[in-house]
Amino acid sequence: MNTLRRTLVGAALALLLKPFAAAAAWSKEAFGAKSAADALKSLGVSSPAPSKDIAIEAPQIAENGAVVPIEIQSNIPGTTALTVLIAKNPFPLASRFTFMEGALPFVKLNVKMGETSDVRVIAQAGARYYTATKEIKVTIGGCGG
Amino acid sequence: MAAGPMKMRATLGNGYTDVRVLMTHPMETGQRKDPDGKLIPMHFIQNLTVKVNGKTVVEAETSQAVSRNPVFTFRVKGGARGDKVEVSWVDTEGETNKTEAAVT
Repeated sequence: MNTLRRTLVGAALALLLKPFAAAAAWSKEAFGAKSAADALKSLGVSSPAPSKDIAIEAPQIAENGAVVPIEIQSNIPGTTALTVLIAKNPFPLASRFTFMEGALPFVKLNVKMGETSDVRVIAQAGARYYTATKEIKVTIGGCGG
Repeated sequence: MAAGPMKMRATLGNGYTDVRVLMTHPMETGQRKDPDGKLIPMHFIQNLTVKVNGKTVVEAETSQAVSRNPVFTFRVKGGARGDKVEVSWVDTEGETNKTEAAVT
């Protein structure tokens, strides 16, 4: 009986602790920021320089804001991280990717966009930051019901 | 909704390997309402890890802005047929899932 209770308590504790453990490597403050500037500040990104070496491939007009395909690639040597922000989304920070061990600074993903907005990509190379922006027009938003 | 199946394909390109992975996940934003007008709580994948032959190559932090049933493509330099690729995720509920595939 006692062992059973201990097992149950243990299981309950594990369930309680699990979300916290999972959230350890998630930049909660940056993802919760309501403006792109605040999100970047929270990530420690300061004065990114505009760069033509970041390619953002995406449709100019997205018919469905719930699924907007975006392909990003940095040709800046030594790029180790890419950050995607959608300026006008309720929470602008969309995703952040860290590349190591021979991974190329390239990613293709689908994002949701609430309305027409600038999509901003920040590339990190060493201690320097670079940025590129592309506007995507959205005809039907993809955030609400 | 519980975590659904994942699908992955890793294909050898010219000097690189493309890893294309599909996850089944609702990616709820917390802004949608159910038919009764009640808000559906947030529920989305927060962390994504890509490993090649046991070594972590990409770590991603994702938000509710990623579309439902996310599809990602990553690219790794070099690679050879038979290399083992593993992708795993953790969501806001602490649910996890992973899948493995060999490079073809």
